[in-house]
This record gives sequence, structure tokens and C-alpha cells, in this order.
Amino acid sequence: MDQFTINLLFVGASFALYIGIAIWARAGSTSEFYAAGRGVHPVTNGMATAADWMSAASFISMAGLIAFTGYDNSSFLMGWTGGYVLLALLLAPYLRKFGKFTVSEFIGDRFYSQTARIVAVVCLIVASTTYVIGQMTGVGVAFGRFLEVDNTTGLFIGAAVVFAYAVFGGMKGVTYTQVAQYCVLITAYTIPAIFISLQLTGNPIPALGLFGEHAASGEPLLAKLDAIVTELGFNEYTAHHADTFNMVLFTLSLMIGTAGLPHVIMRFFTVPKVSDARWSAGWTLVFIALLYLTAPAVGAMARLNISEMMWPNGGVNGEAVTVQQIENEDRYDWMKTWQKTGLLNWEDKNGDGKIQYYNDKSAAMQEMAAEKGWTGNELTKFNRDILVLANPEIANLPGWVIGLVAAGGLAAALSTAAGLLLAISSAVSHDLIKGAINPQISEKGELMSARVAMAVAIVVATYLGLNPPGFAAQTVALAFGLAAASIFPALMMGIFSTKVNNTGAVAGMIAGITVTLIYIFLHKGWFFIPGTNSFSDADPLLGTVKSTSFGAIGAAINFAVAYTVSGMTKPLPAEIKALVESVRVPRGAGAAQNK
Amino acid sequence: MADNSQNDAYWSANLRIIKISLVIWAIVSFGFGILLRPMLSGIAVGGTDLGFWFAQQGSIIVFLILIFNYAMRMNKLDRDHGVDEE
Repeated sequence: MDQFTINLLFVGASFALYIGIAIWARAGSTSEFYAAGRGVHPVTNGMATAADWMSAASFISMAGLIAFTGYDNSSFLMGWTGGYVLLALLLAPYLRKFGKFTVSEFIGDRFYSQTARIVAVVCLIVASTTYVIGQMTGVGVAFGRFLEVDNTTGLFIGAAVVFAYAVFGGMKGVTYTQVAQYCVLITAYTIPAIFISLQLTGNPIPALGLFGEHAASGEPLLAKLDAIVTELGFNEYTAHHADTFNMVLFTLSLMIGTAGLPHVIMRFFTVPKVSDARWSAGWTLVFIALLYLTAPAVGAMARLNISEMMWPNGGVNGEAVTVQQIENEDRYDWMKTWQKTGLLNWEDKNGDGKIQYYNDKSAAMQEMAAEKGWTGNELTKFNRDILVLANPEIANLPGWVIGLVAAGGLAAALSTAAGLLLAISSAVSHDLIKGAINPQISEKGELMSARVAMAVAIVVATYLGLNPPGFAAQTVALAFGLAAASIFPALMMGIFSTKVNNTGAVAGMIAGITVTLIYIFLHKGWFFIPGTNSFSDADPLLGTVKSTSFGAIGAAINFAVAYTVSGMTKPLPAEIKALVESVRVPRGAGAAQNK
Repeated sequence: MADNSQNDAYWSANLRIIKISLVIWAIVSFGFGILLRPMLSGIAVGGTDLGFWFAQQGSIIVFLILIFNYAMRMNKLDRDHGVDEE
């Protein structure tokens, strides 16, 4: 059986599983459909939330970004897990006590203002749409490889599947489908990692293998990796090269963005009790950590494998891989399959029949290249987003592992993309149109506008996904910045302050998201249209602050504006103070649930 | 229903736990993982140093401990102050 058939089998089987569970669960009870998670154990809810949360960014993109940068991209690891501490301590239990179902409802009620609710909805739509663009990038990579077509075709096919998946929709709400998705996703991620860790270090646990010994050389794995990449003229893997201030800001933006994203927060509204909301956040992080503790090992080990493959005979002082080897040897098959997607390429620039892979920007390497007659790095393209999906092929693992990874990548990208599209469409039709513009709209009209909103969102995301503002995880990071600058501060002030009033909250959210959005557009192009940017992240407007790191500053602006404006306007009414007091204590939560 | 002074005591106890937890949260990630990494460079861990370990593994493990510790303490605090859910 060829690899294409195996992939098809695995992807098909996993989809059959999700649909099967959805049908089974729906037949069991229809109310489960709306209140996914109510009466569900915190462990189960945690697993489902983890599936909801881990998207193409975590699964497909993150390890590749770590692999090619090393320590400097640790921000993704700390940022996307550290946010759960904020969520568990500062938001989840109180929002559960409040007892409504959406983030914008809490903001609307707490700040006793329809305007606040609408501003929150708009912020959610902006952040979620940016998030979907990142997912589409991942979907394009996954479909491109899996169907063996070029990336653009993969993106179009992927967009159609995501749309169908989201319209079918209901499966999203069923907790047990998400549990199944989590199982597929985590198995697909860890199995190749275990194989590779065994190959390289003899340790079956990748997280331990990362800090273990490289079996072939007897040196510590990371020391071996550092030696190889510096030999090729790249930055030392474990060393700190990034600007420290930007790294801190970026990590902080990802953390507060995590605690400000509606599709994650919503999961905690529906657990049975306030105490369960606290446990649930912990269990979610347990299941996320299984992937996040594995990811840095995947990145480091893949980087080592790739470097050794390109220099199979004694490193950079030996001989580079020959074009003939790539064409004929089985272990280089992955290069040929990925070349079809257009995301990987090589070119024998100096015509010596070999492919030299090195950092042609390093001065020392340029000297060496001149001596040896090299005319630049010949591994001309290696898209970061292909690393995780290509990883089992690079390590020459059996065909079924490759099929499993394809299924896992699609599960991660599709579930989150479809979930976000549903969130966008319900925000537009329910919160914006029915809630504000036209309360008399018929149920049919509401459904219609939901569909239209979803179609518009996917068209926009696909168009921008063709020329994305960055790799999947970087685009998603921008979405986190937007959530960090708008939603998180409003929620936190709503719970922890009895000073911030309606005008303050509205002014804060508008200031936070506007400044952040402008900063992002200045660096990534207006509405992410390539070529319309005035600055680039290589040389940002404000010192070293990249557009991906600006969310934390946006949040600070939001807090500052909200407090200042609140100080100048009328204090909170007594009943809102009472509402804040009641949100702070768990007792009475049961009643709120059955509103 | 507990009276107001009871609720105030409960809330300030909660804030205390949150503050301590967030200090630890910041020390392991922004501290050990990034800013204080040079200070930890003498402590070798598997081919690199302790700061690298905190940045890529240690902080995630500490985050987990923090959340479960918070859940445990708060659920006890709820009962002690009589504000837990029946």
C-alpha cells in the first residue's frame, strides 16, 4: 500500500470516528448539544477544552518555530501554558459564578451597557478572524501534503472542508467528539516523538530525551545539537540571542491573550460548580502540557536529524548530500514529497552535484564558502510549518505513523477553525444583529445571517491565508495580542475592581484594541494585505517591540484608560457593586446556572 | 448567607493566595526562564543550563502545580468561610 492510501485511510477513519460519536451522542440527548460540559467531569471537560484550544499553531507550527530558532522561541511554550494560571486564578471561577454563557454577556451586564457588549463582540470578531487566518495557513500545509498537491490548492480544498465541517457544526459542541479529537491529536503527536527519542537517545520519553544523551556520540543531545548548528554557521540552539525586552513582552502577550480568548473561557461557564471551574483549568493544562512538554523535544531532535541528513559524511568539513542521493535514496523521499507542496526546495547553485546547507549570512561561513566554491545556501526553502508533519518521514518511521500524524494535524486545524467560525457567526448573528441592530429579526433571518457571516469569514481568511502575515503560530500570536489588549483587561477589571464603570470599560477596550490593531497593521500591512506596511518586525517602530509582542502594551493602555476615564465619570451604581460582590463568592452558583 | 465582614475576610484571603501564586508564576517564567537565566548558567542540566530547562519545561510543570494548589486551597477556603456551594 502506498503512503497516499495509508494517509487517506487514517484521515478517513478519524473523521468517521468523530462523526460516529457525534451521532451517537446526539441521539443520547439533545440538551448535551447546547450545554456541552454541564454535568461533565472536570477531567473530561479538561480534555475537551485542550482539544478545542490546541490548534494548527500548537500542533503543526510551534515545534518548527522552536526547531529553527531554539531557546529564543521558548516564549511560545511559556506563553501558551502560563495563560492558564491567569485563567484559573483570575477569571474562570468568577465567570462560572456569574452563570451566563458568553463573554460579551458578562461584559454587557457587569458594565451595565449595551455599548460595552457590542464593543466586546467586535473585539472578539477581530481577534477570532485573525486566529482563523493562522488556522487556514496550517490547513493549507496539511491538505497540501496529505493530498500531494501544492500549498495553494491545499488551502482551497481545506477551506471547503472547514466550511462544510463548520456548517455541520453541531459536532463541535459535543464534548465527547472533542475528547476523541484530543486522543487522536495527542497520539499523533507523541508516537513519532517517542520513536525519534528512542532512535536518538534511547529514552522513550521525549521530554527526558531532550535533556538526555545522544546515543551515537555519547554527548548530551543539546550539546551535540549546539555543535552541529554552529558548525553550519547558525546561532547556537540553546543560547539567548533574542532581544530580552521583546521576549518578555511577547511571552506576556501570549499569556494574557490565552486568558482573553472567548472559545476557551466559554468552556468554564458550563462546568457544574465553581470549584469544578478551578479543577477544570488544571486538568486542561495537564492535557495541554503533554503536548507542550513534547514539542521542544520534537523541535530539537528534528533540527538535529535534518542537519545530519544534509551533511551525511562527517559534517560541514565532510561532503554535503548529493543531488543523486536525494533523487535515489529512500530516506530522502520526504524531500521530494514536500517539494510538491512548494514549501520545501533546493537548488544546486554552484553545479557541483551536491546540496550545501549552511547559513550564508554568517561571515565565517562566507569565507569558508569562497574557499570551497559554494555560492550560497542550496536548501533554498524550508517552510517552518512543515516540520512537524514531515518529522516522521525525516526520521524514516513506518507509513502508519505518517498517516497518524496527517490525521492529527487535520484534527487540530479543523476543530479549532470550525469552532472559531461558529463563534464568529454566532457573534455576528446573535450578539450583533439580533442583540443590537435588529432585535425583531426572525429565527430564519438570524440563521441566514449566521451562514453569511461564516461564509464571509472563511473567504476573508482563505484570501489572507494565501499570503499570511507569518507562519501559522505567528499569525495566531497576533490574534492573542488582540485578545490580550481588549478582552482580558475588561474581564479582570470587571471582577477585581469596583471602580471601573461603563464609560471606563468601553474607552479602555476601544483604546486597547485600536492601538494594537494599528501597530499590527503598520508592521504586517493594512488588513494584512502584503506590501501595505510601513515598518517591519525586523526594524519595528518602537525600539525592539515586534507587532506580535504589542498585545501586552495594548493591555496596559486598556487598563490605564479604563481607570482614568472611570475616575472622571460617575461611580458604579449600587446594584452593580452587589453583582461584583456576588461574583466573588461561590455560594449560590447553582441558582445562577439554572437561570 | 455569610455577612459582609466574613465575605471581606474571604476575599482578602483569596487575594493573598493569588498574589503569592502570581509572584511564583512570574519568577519561574520571566525570571528563571528569561531575565535571571544568566545567574543560573552555572547549574548544568543535560547539555545546557537550568534557565533553558525552566524556559522549555520547568515553568510548565510549576504552572500545573500552581493551578492545582490554588484549586485545593480555594476549595478549602470556601468551606472555612462558609461560602462553598452545597
